[in-house]
Amino acid sequence: MKIETHHDQFEPPSFIGTLLRKLHVDIPLFICLSLASLLSFVILYSAGSQDMGVLNRQGARIILAFVFMIILAHIDPYQFKRYSVLLFGIGLFLLLAVLLMGQTALGAQRWLNLGFFRFQPSEMIKITTPMTIAWYLSGHPLPPRPKQLLIASILILVPTLLIAKQPDLGTAILVASSGAGVLFFAGLSWWFMTGILASLAALTPVLWHFMHDYQRARVRTFLNPEADPLGRGYHIIQSKIAIGSGGIHGKGWLGSTQSELDFLPESSTDFIFAVFAEEFGLFGCIGLLLLYLLIISRCLYIASQTRDTYCRLLASSLAFTFFVYVFVNIGMVIGVLPVVGVPLPLISYGGTSIVTLLSGFGILMSIHTHKKPLHH
Amino acid sequence: MSGFYSFKDNQLENNLFLNRIVAAFIAILLLTSGLVIRLIHLQVTGHEHYASLAKDNSIKISPIVPTRGMIYDRHGNILAENTPSYSLEIIPEKTTDIDDTLARLQQLLAISEEKIDLYQKQRKRQKRFTSTPLLLSMTDEEIAKFAVQRPFFPGVDIRQRLVRHYPYGELAAHVVGYVGRINEAEIKTLPSAEYQGSTHVGKLGIESSYETELHGKTGNAEIETNVQARPLNTLNETDAVQGANLYLTLDMDLQKTAYDALDSFNGAVVAIDIKTGGVLVFASRPSFDPNPFVAGIANDAYQALQTSEDQPLFNRALRGLYPPGSTIKPFVALAGLEHNAITASQHLFCKGYFQLPNVEHQYRCWKKTGHEWVSVNKAIMESCDVYFYQLSNMLGIDNMHSFLQKFGFGEKTGIDLVGEKTGLLPSPEWKLEQKKQSWYPGETLITGIGQGLNQVTPLQLARATATLANRGEIVNPFLVDKMVSATSTLPSRDPHKEIIPLKTKNVNSIIEAMVNVVHNEHGTAYDLKKNFNYQIAGKTGTAQVRGIKQNAKYDENKIAFKYRDHALFIAFAPADNPKIAIAVIAENGGHGGSIAAPIAAKVIKQYLKDNNEN
Repeated sequence: MKIETHHDQFEPPSFIGTLLRKLHVDIPLFICLSLASLLSFVILYSAGSQDMGVLNRQGARIILAFVFMIILAHIDPYQFKRYSVLLFGIGLFLLLAVLLMGQTALGAQRWLNLGFFRFQPSEMIKITTPMTIAWYLSGHPLPPRPKQLLIASILILVPTLLIAKQPDLGTAILVASSGAGVLFFAGLSWWFMTGILASLAALTPVLWHFMHDYQRARVRTFLNPEADPLGRGYHIIQSKIAIGSGGIHGKGWLGSTQSELDFLPESSTDFIFAVFAEEFGLFGCIGLLLLYLLIISRCLYIASQTRDTYCRLLASSLAFTFFVYVFVNIGMVIGVLPVVGVPLPLISYGGTSIVTLLSGFGILMSIHTHKKPLHH
Repeated sequence: MSGFYSFKDNQLENNLFLNRIVAAFIAILLLTSGLVIRLIHLQVTGHEHYASLAKDNSIKISPIVPTRGMIYDRHGNILAENTPSYSLEIIPEKTTDIDDTLARLQQLLAISEEKIDLYQKQRKRQKRFTSTPLLLSMTDEEIAKFAVQRPFFPGVDIRQRLVRHYPYGELAAHVVGYVGRINEAEIKTLPSAEYQGSTHVGKLGIESSYETELHGKTGNAEIETNVQARPLNTLNETDAVQGANLYLTLDMDLQKTAYDALDSFNGAVVAIDIKTGGVLVFASRPSFDPNPFVAGIANDAYQALQTSEDQPLFNRALRGLYPPGSTIKPFVALAGLEHNAITASQHLFCKGYFQLPNVEHQYRCWKKTGHEWVSVNKAIMESCDVYFYQLSNMLGIDNMHSFLQKFGFGEKTGIDLVGEKTGLLPSPEWKLEQKKQSWYPGETLITGIGQGLNQVTPLQLARATATLANRGEIVNPFLVDKMVSATSTLPSRDPHKEIIPLKTKNVNSIIEAMVNVVHNEHGTAYDLKKNFNYQIAGKTGTAQVRGIKQNAKYDENKIAFKYRDHALFIAFAPADNPKIAIAVIAENGGHGGSIAAPIAAKVIKQYLKDNNEN
């Protein structure tokens, strides 16, 4: 039996490996993310009616996002912790600024025009909310006591409600779950969580009262898409036809008839999974879900290998939020969740969301590659 | 925190955290399995069902466009109808190359670039298998030209469509309005499901104000089609609800009389049925033919209408702002009587001009030699300006303003047409707020004879006249009398809503004076008397377009036509039992009595003759 002396040390196999390690890049994560981005190009080429302009713009965004990721991976996680609250504060301020004077796109106020580019403060909030909750809880013994729970809940609710008011229900859900994720990983008692879920269910009518008309319409459509086949139910019906007609093996790349015949709206953005499912079938879908699971598993593994409370709370929450992203999008496209504006992470066209998403992975890489010696 | 909890138990926290990681991972696996199960349900179990929907026999939901409601006048004359006409339509999906097809068609039929653009915009909004019109109302020549070449244009066909037509043309164009092709801005605001398949939308007048009712509700049909998207079979159908037919209060014979009577003058005539508030005449001249707008008016023709100095597209009756001139005097006189600033028997002296104390400026009467001693009756009958300068001065601007406001001056009448103008009834508060200037006493005098900042629409003037004839019972004008449809009916109107409290003897004095305007030999419209065997009450008005200097003389012959005074006339009849109220404005007509009054007389005479016969 051969005794491996450095069994927990990863030996860089090549020049590229060395380079990536020097860049503080986590190789398994990096490979999975690159694979997903590549897949994005493949599907977008088909879903976007083979428009090279779409690919060029998406390419530029992905490159920018990878650059962001590598820059963040370089920064010591201690710095993230240090600036958590400040960044969160700036994010909140910008959110308020958007509500007061932002630009309206498609009936929703989300953008802040900074002259040279438009910026969505809600994107910044997606990351700074879990950072702040993790910062706050890591200063106290875990599991959190009622007082900390109360303060953390307020810290989550304020940005969530501000974003929901824009209105951007999709992002609000993501922000809320990123904060709730931290609480969960901090050891929030099961009884308490059951209680919250029960009271949420009881509060549904109240929530309904505060919803925008278009949000209510979406919920109604979700419950009965056939009621309005020309109008709001159209997306869901067409999306299900696309997915179902794909079958086990799919119609092959560029073989999607639903998006080709313009039946499927938003086929490049929120509903891109339907095109994917139509072209690559059940096997393709399972493959994509496995890729997502691989990414999530690696992130959770990174979290579990971390000893610092702030770092592991943040890392696990980012992994969890990524899953929520996937679940909410695919759930709505296959008709098990109401339609909320959440893109398919790493695949959907457009949005600044891809930069935020990869920034999150940058933070995860930073956490993993900056491990400090443990203090006992 | 203090005591036990201030210690961080690393081992405990570590275990707790790892437990949560495992729990989260299990939950994620379970939820992902849920997604997979649903995918299996769609892609394996439901595959055949969905595949047949998508591929071999796809079900397409196609809109059933409702027929637009008709518009009639009060006697059932058709104002807007749908006539069959031939249009050239393209189904983009069936053409080999849509851009090439368009280019060849353009050459064959000499189609303008605008129409191609319009078609392209409309096409992008619709599904590739729906037929979209390129040319509407084709001429016989165009039909013949295309018919020969038809085999070379797959996907292009001549189809019969219903096209909106306005038989009366320019006569009521401003009221009835017109429909036009849906443009890009409208695509964003119109409900997309309702307008799938619709190509036109109301742009002006009743067509626009009652768009929802006239349009009806779009139905839909689930059509089974084959791979080439050719319809095989209709599975399920929800019928369209046809648009409502509208019956207007307008009397087209009367409208024609009024429009013709305006003749070469630009201006407006509004007549109201006093008993109901229904608008009988709503004429604005010059006008335009609305029919070319339906198929898409050519750019140069539209430019010509837009840039014409006479502004034919402008609805003068609804949006024209004019100084009321002397037509405001009966209302100011009534204000004086009601506020006890003066009595009916009291006389004021007119020496040809009026001066405010310690002010040199002379406010002149139209009659240079003066009217000498003037009562309220003579003041209205002969339209003495000096009497009203003095009365306004005694009454004060605040009393005058609040009283005139009750008659609807400076306020929208609330007629069922979009785009109504508010007009302007000046007050010290308004001036301070809008112009940041304080009010001068002289402005009160000018306001009292309907000059200065005063602005009224012909509709407002007619309504105020009707309310006066109605002895203070406010008349609310409207156009749509009846709505006949399968689903919606017009909410019933309360014909009279508010009553201005007025003393009978005061109203009698004013009406008597207005009767004298026409029936007394000194009246400013005495010429009309010969036309009537009953009494009518009226008031002439002459509104200055341009101010005259202190010592200058107004000479109609020496002044450019466009700076000549506007001629106004308001009237109601019969004086003892008023049925119709009317306001006439003839732009640059000069004197109200000689130009505007005869127009009103023709309308009144015809209306009362018709109504007595019935």
